[in-house]
Amino acid sequence: MTSRNQRRNIVNNVMLTSTGVCAFITVSTLFLILAYLVYNGGKSVNLDFFTKLPLAPGQDGGGMANAIVGSAEIVLLASVIGIPIGFFAGVYLAEFGGKTFSFLIRYTADLLNGVPSIVIGIFAWTVVVVPMHHFSALAGGFALSLMLIPISARSTEQFLLEVPRAMREGALALGASKWRTIASVIVPAARKGIMTGMILGVARISGETAPLLFTSLGNQFWAASLSEPTASLPVMIFTHATAPYEDWHRQAWAAGLVLLGLVLIANISARMIISRGVSLPK
Amino acid sequence: MSSPASKTSVDPTTIDTKTMIPTSSDAAAKHQTAAPKMRAANINFYYGSFKALHDVSLEFATNRVTALIGPSGCGKSTFLRNLNRINETLRDTRIEGEITLDGENILDKDVTEIRRRIGMVFQRPNPFPKSIFDNIIYGPKINGMLRHGNAAEIVEKSLRRAALWEEAKDKLNESAYALSGGQQQRLCIARALAVDPEVLLLDEPCSALDPIATAKIEDLLVGLKEQCTIVIVTHNMQQAARVADTTGFFLLGKLIEHDKTDIIFKNPSRRETEDYITGRFG
Repeated sequence: MTSRNQRRNIVNNVMLTSTGVCAFITVSTLFLILAYLVYNGGKSVNLDFFTKLPLAPGQDGGGMANAIVGSAEIVLLASVIGIPIGFFAGVYLAEFGGKTFSFLIRYTADLLNGVPSIVIGIFAWTVVVVPMHHFSALAGGFALSLMLIPISARSTEQFLLEVPRAMREGALALGASKWRTIASVIVPAARKGIMTGMILGVARISGETAPLLFTSLGNQFWAASLSEPTASLPVMIFTHATAPYEDWHRQAWAAGLVLLGLVLIANISARMIISRGVSLPK
Repeated sequence: MSSPASKTSVDPTTIDTKTMIPTSSDAAAKHQTAAPKMRAANINFYYGSFKALHDVSLEFATNRVTALIGPSGCGKSTFLRNLNRINETLRDTRIEGEITLDGENILDKDVTEIRRRIGMVFQRPNPFPKSIFDNIIYGPKINGMLRHGNAAEIVEKSLRRAALWEEAKDKLNESAYALSGGQQQRLCIARALAVDPEVLLLDEPCSALDPIATAKIEDLLVGLKEQCTIVIVTHNMQQAARVADTTGFFLLGKLIEHDKTDIIFKNPSRRETEDYITGRFG
């Protein structure tokens, strides 16, 4: 009896310890990455980094202003295309789709979500870059929007379905049409959740590199228009980190730090919206 | 197709000889001569292949309170939810029969107009995530009833009719969720009244409320019947006895008996009704 108890205690302690260690690894990974980025790139993150163009190898200083603006342009483009389509698709899924058809769309969206980003890049290259004959921010925005559509569709659907049925019936019972009910009661009730999902989706695509390698490519200078090759932070990290110059490596670390910082800010603000988002009755 | 038993159950001649037949015949005659506000005839209702209502026929006298009682799952709520066609928003449901409002079959008419004329209050308070003011004004707004400057007037009138004005007048712009449960339910009644319904359906409106809030709502209903015809589903028999002029007893999807409330409670003509009333049921 005592040996059984002893064995039980040992198993208990081993399991408790190993789950604890794994939890610690999970949490510490983020901080390790962050610390490493700060250690290697922290010094290069200064005002110049945000305001100046990259310099040729060997020259100290310079910045990535064009990549920051380029990334913003591309992500904005992707949002302008991807968020409305994803949003309305999500509304359709949650509110209108029949059983079979909804299942099909939902399944397709999940598959699209799982398509490797490099494949998305090749696809965008084929349908936008090749016909236009050059790389561009437009192509990059298109590629990233393809990744944003399934994310925003599924999160919109999920939050709309969380609105209690009683709320729909309340509006319908007052003589509201179905669309009116959705637009004036259901979507506003789910507003905060939907917005959070969108922010997380945008944060997620803003770090994507592979689709941009085939589409917006990169640029050491300012792009004059959306139809020119355009610099972006992820691609800049890639080109600077793989180049054989010490000062470029430092810039790549700095770019990584800035990108991670922006994504973290987006994530944290999204969480803050949802935690304050008491839009539904308990 | 139609079972003769459920039809004859409302026939006063089947009542036990010991009851005062003249009185109840008079009452029944009176009910039949005054044109009923609503009439349901031979209603069969299906959830998928499950038949939830069997040939239910029932009349609702103008400016009277009709209570529907019966054990859980007996079909009383299902029946009520057919009277404003809110059940048809559920997937895979089917109704047979005829429901008339002022002699016109509502199953053939525009559903939004029907729902404006037949208001509904649900089991749990379901205010929209909007201010108290906007909750009330929602119905008039979507039904095109707002004229220049009459919004405040409608809100005050509706809140007074629901006996909530004194408690809510100083916080009209606060969230509806700032109100207590009982107040929220009265807000939902006010919201339903704001579009001037001719019939008000209440689906166990007090089941989530404490006795004091319940008493307020019961008082309210007795006053409201001057202005509209009321149908209330309740699992609380005392409540039916307190507020209803007539009461219908449902069992296993059939209407067993419908008569004046005191007859149902003191001298029901059907054995099933008596068993239920006296608690000998099941």
